[in-house]
Amino acid sequence: MTNFFSFVRDHADKLLEQTLTHIGLTFLSLLVALLIGVPLGILIARRQRLAGSVLGVAGVLQTVPSVALLGFLIPVLGIGVGPALVALFLYALLPIIRNTYVGITEVSPSVKEAARGLGMTPNQVLTRVEFPLALPVIFAGVRTATVINVGVATLAAYVAAGGLGEFIFSGIALSNVNMMLAGAIPAALLAVGFDFGLARLQQLSGRKLRVGALAFVILVPFISAFYLLPGRQDKLVAGFAHEFYGRADGYPGLQKTYGLHLQPRLIDQNLMYEAIHREQVDIISGYSTDGRINAFDLLVLDDNRHAFPPYAAAPVIRKATLIRYPDLEPTLNKLAGKLTDSIMTALNYQVDYQKVSSEIVARNFLTQVGLHKPGAGKSSERTETVVVGTKVFTEQYILAEVYRQLIEGQTNLRVVTKTGLGGTQICFDALRTGTIDFYPEYTGTGLLVILQPPVKTLQQLPMQTDSVYQFVQQQFQARYQMDWLKPLGFNNSYCLMMRREQARQLGIRSIEDLVQYLARK
Amino acid sequence: MIEITDLTKRFAGQTAVDGVSLHVGQGETLVLLGTSGCGKTTTLKMINRLIEPTSGSIRVDGIDVRQQPGPEFRRRIGYVIQDGGLFPHYTVAEAIATVPKLLGWEPDAILERTRELIAKLQLPETILSRYPGELSGGQRQRIGLARALAAKPPVVLMDEPFGALDPFTRRHVRRELFGLNELRETTVVLVTHDVSEALELADRIALMDKGQLIQIGPPDDLLNQPATDFVREFLDNKPHRLPD
Repeated sequence: MTNFFSFVRDHADKLLEQTLTHIGLTFLSLLVALLIGVPLGILIARRQRLAGSVLGVAGVLQTVPSVALLGFLIPVLGIGVGPALVALFLYALLPIIRNTYVGITEVSPSVKEAARGLGMTPNQVLTRVEFPLALPVIFAGVRTATVINVGVATLAAYVAAGGLGEFIFSGIALSNVNMMLAGAIPAALLAVGFDFGLARLQQLSGRKLRVGALAFVILVPFISAFYLLPGRQDKLVAGFAHEFYGRADGYPGLQKTYGLHLQPRLIDQNLMYEAIHREQVDIISGYSTDGRINAFDLLVLDDNRHAFPPYAAAPVIRKATLIRYPDLEPTLNKLAGKLTDSIMTALNYQVDYQKVSSEIVARNFLTQVGLHKPGAGKSSERTETVVVGTKVFTEQYILAEVYRQLIEGQTNLRVVTKTGLGGTQICFDALRTGTIDFYPEYTGTGLLVILQPPVKTLQQLPMQTDSVYQFVQQQFQARYQMDWLKPLGFNNSYCLMMRREQARQLGIRSIEDLVQYLARK
Repeated sequence: MIEITDLTKRFAGQTAVDGVSLHVGQGETLVLLGTSGCGKTTTLKMINRLIEPTSGSIRVDGIDVRQQPGPEFRRRIGYVIQDGGLFPHYTVAEAIATVPKLLGWEPDAILERTRELIAKLQLPETILSRYPGELSGGQRQRIGLARALAAKPPVVLMDEPFGALDPFTRRHVRRELFGLNELRETTVVLVTHDVSEALELADRIALMDKGQLIQIGPPDDLLNQPATDFVREFLDNKPHRLPD
């Protein structure tokens, strides 16, 4: 619990910003929903024939799950405030239209007739009789809409619109309970608080309710303006993945090493590349071999001071396998250094974006580096089998295919690929139990996920490619009887990237350049 | 004061009012009497144009009612419905002030008139800040009438005004209200299905059946010279025991 409070204290600025953004988003969408929903409710109360279809459409919108709704909106509106506000607006619409409609149609017919009989015009009947009498019901709708929106607004963090969802999703991504709670508790308190406050307002009677409702309606635009309060004064807007924002070797590492201080928007890591491509953000976090670096012409900023630990890729293999098949080690080591960052990025790009099969991509690569040999022997002559495993992403599938073609080309071994072994832990367990013989792993992952050395050891270990490689190799041999063969050459580490064109214009090539640029007035 | 000529109203093929012609004199109280669905309420609502006639004409004070916009016209005609038809969110003071406000009276004049009416109806001034939900049925009916009379309309239309009251209160309230000088000078058209109410209040009774006017005249005429068997039976309101 003390951890929780110290987390809140340390992140008080961010938390306040998120809370204000959250309230702002909720009320801005509520305001628009009121401006459109109340007149629409009045209209359908006047023209009952329209009621069925209007309420039907609003009802269908209400039933679309919120994540799915964002899914529909992102292709149209991109990411950011746009889709978040539209989604929130659509959710708030039904309770407001429906309650306005019900409130007005349920005003007793004799009261309406008396109003007309006294000589009120239709507008006077509406404003002086129907609307004031419908107000408690309309207000119940506003209350429902507000509470729904406080909840749905957490999803705004998916699309970089901010709000308390940032901490919730980051917390989930990092299994950081304190972070999760720092988002979830204020979000819950907001919902409960607004519900309670509006319930109190709703229970007022007669004139007090009308005064209260008027005050509320006047307040809504002001509360909506909360969204504008947290100033986004950065010259360049950063959009970081939730995990990157929270992991010690991500943004906090950058802050420590370079003194880089941004007000990043947090965003789903798959939407991040789309966002920088659409110029909604200028800097993103990412992985240095992602195919989208090529697809969207992004520049990976140099990390001269090694803030990001190296994630050099190399095959991790069981000692027993190496002894049993002496050919294997020299064969696999033929690839050492052949797969540079740019080559791996290009291969990822071909598979992810040009939709070339990984088999063809692997063959072309091997041909280029002169390692392609069509099967040395017939498959019937192959008696021994090695099993290669992979995690579930494109790069690993390509590597598995490269290994298969290489081994079968150079030796008499048969290769079986077990793709899709989930995350690191599953792959590693499969290797340890002998279900697979080897799989491509990254040194940083081996260090931070599998070995998890004490903080002291980590602090003493220089975060250089070589030193980390030697450390994991030595530890894996000692603890697991496994060997890290020679690195393939590329480093799939965290990195910061910008649009190449913008980076060129601003003269930014490295993270140091970026820090200097931001420091300039 | 009110001149109705050959008034007809059809709703989706059904004739609710069928060629009714009648005349109401200045200061007279005319009771439209008949069974439910006989067209008496429809006739009443056509007088203040809450319902537009299919054919025929209505003149009030010599002017055809269709020559002026409905809302403005209605402000000059008092209107009382069952249980007062009060707005739940208006206090008694606001209710009485409704029509004078629509007519743009000065606040002082409205206040003076409100006090005057409350005094005439023998209600305490503390009632002015009450809401209808806090009043008794009889009080609501009195306020409903006060609201209708507030702007001193020459004509007041009443649609079953005492229908929501129990028989005892009903007799009491109507004697009290119709004892008011204000109402005596006003032309009143009152709709009811209650024969004793009609006999007690009416200067003349117009008995309707199936949309048609069957007989019109002073109560005694209808009692003593009924035009048809229907009139005789309708007015015979003495209790008859069924033969054992």
